[in-house]
Amino acid sequence: MLSGALIVVLSFAYVGMLFAIAYYGDKRADAGRSIIANPYIYTLSLAVYCTSWTFYGSVGRAATSGIGFLPIYLGPTLMAALWWYVLLKMIRISKAHRITSIADFIGSRYGKSHVLDGLVTIIAVLGIVPYIALQLKAISASFSTMLRYPNAVAPTASLPFLQDNTFYIAMLLAAFTILFGTRHLDATERHEGLVAVIAFESVVKLVAFLAVGAFVTWGMFDGFDDVFTKAAAVPELNALLVQGGAAGNYTTWASLTVLSMLAIILLPRQFQVSVVENVNERHLNKAIWLFPLYLFAINIFVLPIALGGLMYFPAGSVDADTFVLTLPMAEQKTWLALLAFVGGLSAATGMVIVETIALSTMVCNDLVMPILLRWKFLRLTESPDLSGLLLGIRRSAIVVVLVLGYGYFYLAGEAYALVSIGLISFTAVAQFAPAMLGGLFWKGGTRLGALCGLSAGFLVWLYSLLLPSFAKSGWLPITFLTEGIMGFDLLKPQQLFGLTGLDDISHCLFWSMIANVGCYVGFSLWRQPTAAEHSQANLFVDVFRHVAPGSGSRFWRGSATVADLQTLLGRFIGPERANESFAAYARSQGIPGIEQVSANAVLVHYVESQIAGAIGSASARDMVASVVVEEPLALDEVMAIIDEASQALAYSRQLEQKSRELEAATNELRGANQRLQELDRLKDDFISTVTHELRTPLTSIRAFSEILSDNPQLEPEQRSKFLGIITRESERLTRLINQVLDLAKLESGAADWHPSEVDMREVLEDAAAALSQIYKERSITLDLQIPQQLPLVMADRDRITQVALNLLSNAANFCDKPDSRVSIALFEEAAALRIEIADNGIGISPADQAVIFEKFRQVSDTPAGKPRGSGLGLAISREIIHHFGGRLWVESALGRGSKFSFTLPLPHNSANHLVA
Amino acid sequence: MIGPTLKGQRLVALFLLGCLLFNFPLLALFTGNSRLWGIPLIYCYIFAAWMVIIALMALIIEGRDQ
Repeated sequence: MLSGALIVVLSFAYVGMLFAIAYYGDKRADAGRSIIANPYIYTLSLAVYCTSWTFYGSVGRAATSGIGFLPIYLGPTLMAALWWYVLLKMIRISKAHRITSIADFIGSRYGKSHVLDGLVTIIAVLGIVPYIALQLKAISASFSTMLRYPNAVAPTASLPFLQDNTFYIAMLLAAFTILFGTRHLDATERHEGLVAVIAFESVVKLVAFLAVGAFVTWGMFDGFDDVFTKAAAVPELNALLVQGGAAGNYTTWASLTVLSMLAIILLPRQFQVSVVENVNERHLNKAIWLFPLYLFAINIFVLPIALGGLMYFPAGSVDADTFVLTLPMAEQKTWLALLAFVGGLSAATGMVIVETIALSTMVCNDLVMPILLRWKFLRLTESPDLSGLLLGIRRSAIVVVLVLGYGYFYLAGEAYALVSIGLISFTAVAQFAPAMLGGLFWKGGTRLGALCGLSAGFLVWLYSLLLPSFAKSGWLPITFLTEGIMGFDLLKPQQLFGLTGLDDISHCLFWSMIANVGCYVGFSLWRQPTAAEHSQANLFVDVFRHVAPGSGSRFWRGSATVADLQTLLGRFIGPERANESFAAYARSQGIPGIEQVSANAVLVHYVESQIAGAIGSASARDMVASVVVEEPLALDEVMAIIDEASQALAYSRQLEQKSRELEAATNELRGANQRLQELDRLKDDFISTVTHELRTPLTSIRAFSEILSDNPQLEPEQRSKFLGIITRESERLTRLINQVLDLAKLESGAADWHPSEVDMREVLEDAAAALSQIYKERSITLDLQIPQQLPLVMADRDRITQVALNLLSNAANFCDKPDSRVSIALFEEAAALRIEIADNGIGISPADQAVIFEKFRQVSDTPAGKPRGSGLGLAISREIIHHFGGRLWVESALGRGSKFSFTLPLPHNSANHLVA
Repeated sequence: MIGPTLKGQRLVALFLLGCLLFNFPLLALFTGNSRLWGIPLIYCYIFAAWMVIIALMALIIEGRDQ
């Protein structure tokens, strides 16, 4: 027999140890040497997810539905894989905006809305109440079970509350939580000591559960296979194992998975430990796989314990929810039973402490303070120190939440198993999912949408899950369930609109999500988001793009004194802490002391975020506004700035693009213009040169004609000599004009070309023959060195002949020596024919070489002293050769003769065109 | 740390795999009377798949970055 006193003493000793841990944790944190700043403690603190539900309830669930208890742990395992995207984002946002609760988060996301804050708080409190009741029920049941040691029997029905130890347990837990969580106000709402306690409790409950599991599996049975084999021999248990398959119903299985996936990020206590108490977001990494591992470990022995209990106790004599305790008790394992009791206590207290702290923060910051601050007659905005009031509100909130939990336990608790109570809460917090996840990833969600979605989902939950739980306990007429409200069949709470075939949780989840998501999306799309919504949506959804803190104060323009701000902060967190906080701010800004701190937007934002920790971000904004003499910058105005800025940005990008294009076009134009000017100059030059060239022969023709006309009695020899000159000059004139026209045609591309296969040997021989007379007259030797076999080239035969003639006659013109010789050579190269026409004449100076291919540029310093030819021949030749894809160039040295070479490309399949 | 990193994408893929493994109809394959070492197959399957998922998570998280 264990005396009640022993159990109470043990419980208090355990709680005392928790206080020691909390004290140590806080002390280390104050000294800057945190004991919780590592991923393992973080993971263990996340395990606050495993409550009495897990510790006692899973076994109870397994005893009725086989593996049906598992989705509650598989869901979080799956969700952990998404933490990388979801939870990390929540942490980053919360750190940037000093968000301290899920109500604050959702309220902030939709434009720092008090109404939304409040609604989320109310849903959270009402939704969590059954969950708190579950813990109370578990502690109370374990306590009364232990008192009957070693008689393992089902606890009797509940007593009137003054004689009911559950009520005292609730009050004890309240006191405990108040001592833990609200000893002082901290702007960040972080509780290092508390996290250390939670982590410790997570270890205790895991060890206790594993110890009981191992004892049952190997102590009472002979390993896993023995448990299952023996269970299979019992017909009812075999049915549980086999048909129980996936909890008998895949829909239930799937909805429980979804519910627990959402719960792991949306439960207020999970938000508290995973987001608010997060020390370093890197810790999340390891938690992604360590936390599922913890869940795995705490579930391995659930089925063996459940089956063991079912086989050990006569059917119905012991509540399956207490097997974890009653099995060691029945086997007279006193210490193991006590360990199990402490483990269950850990699971329950851990949950209650964190949950009520999270809820009290919400109630205070998001529900009560906004209302109190609005009541002007309270003159709260002028009160010098509000920290006492804040603490008072929180402490009261903790008591109220626990009383509500007790109330639910008293009214409805007995009708349900632990897990069923917990699932009611899970379904309630799942209502946050659309507003929360939508708000994280969808910029279009608006305040109206979130309000309507949350309200609709909440009402459906209330109607189809919470009220029926009262009806089942007899606190509402049972006809409410069987006949629907006022006899409307379609409104039966658990068969809404005649939907049957779903269990009550899946049924509620289905209808509430339809209502919630439908309203959220529908009303969000109803109208344009307002300025505030738009701006917050950007800050939240694109949090990774914004530089962390400070982004909230971008558009603050105002003035305040440092002293005012410090006093303001002091009113919420106490003057000393405010002083410390300002000192920390000064250090972070690299300022030697508080006196040197200047009041600017950064400081105002800092103060606002500090106060946000104490009273929520929406109220904090109001409070700071009360001391900051702010030039009113309405949100619409802010929006306009943002809009204008973003539009201006877009425009300026376009403009930049345009201006770049313009610049390119300008450059092109400038180039074209330069070319035009050059051409213009060339044209002027050309015209003046042409006129000059034309005038010379014309002048002599005119002069000689005048002589002939004025002197009719001129000597016949004289006359014929003059006539000869006139004829030659006319010919020269004609040639010149022809060449000018020719060149103009070539340059404008209007020339007629008649390309054909040309045999260069023929061309060169023809040209040489045509000029042989002149060469003979001037006694110049002409040398032809042409291979017998040559590929044909594609060219205009006449034009190429023109080039050859031009080069040959030039060569002749510049050969004045007695032993002059001109040689024509032809070489076949890889892809072209190269023709060289070399002379041993006077040569061309390097300066002249550079210009002789230009029009009218001639080598002027010939021995004859005047130019020969029109000065267009080489220009025309070069045009022709270029046209056929070849090159024309000169190599020369003064006094050593010149060598003009040109190439003509060979067709690719030249081999086929070899000429014999 | 965030962004469409390879790690993040692997985790999402793992999430989808998990959704598949822990749901109808794959679960239905393992119901029935068959046993593995005396333990019902569905029990073995779920815990094995669970362990594999956790192991893969650990592998993805602790593995060297890309």
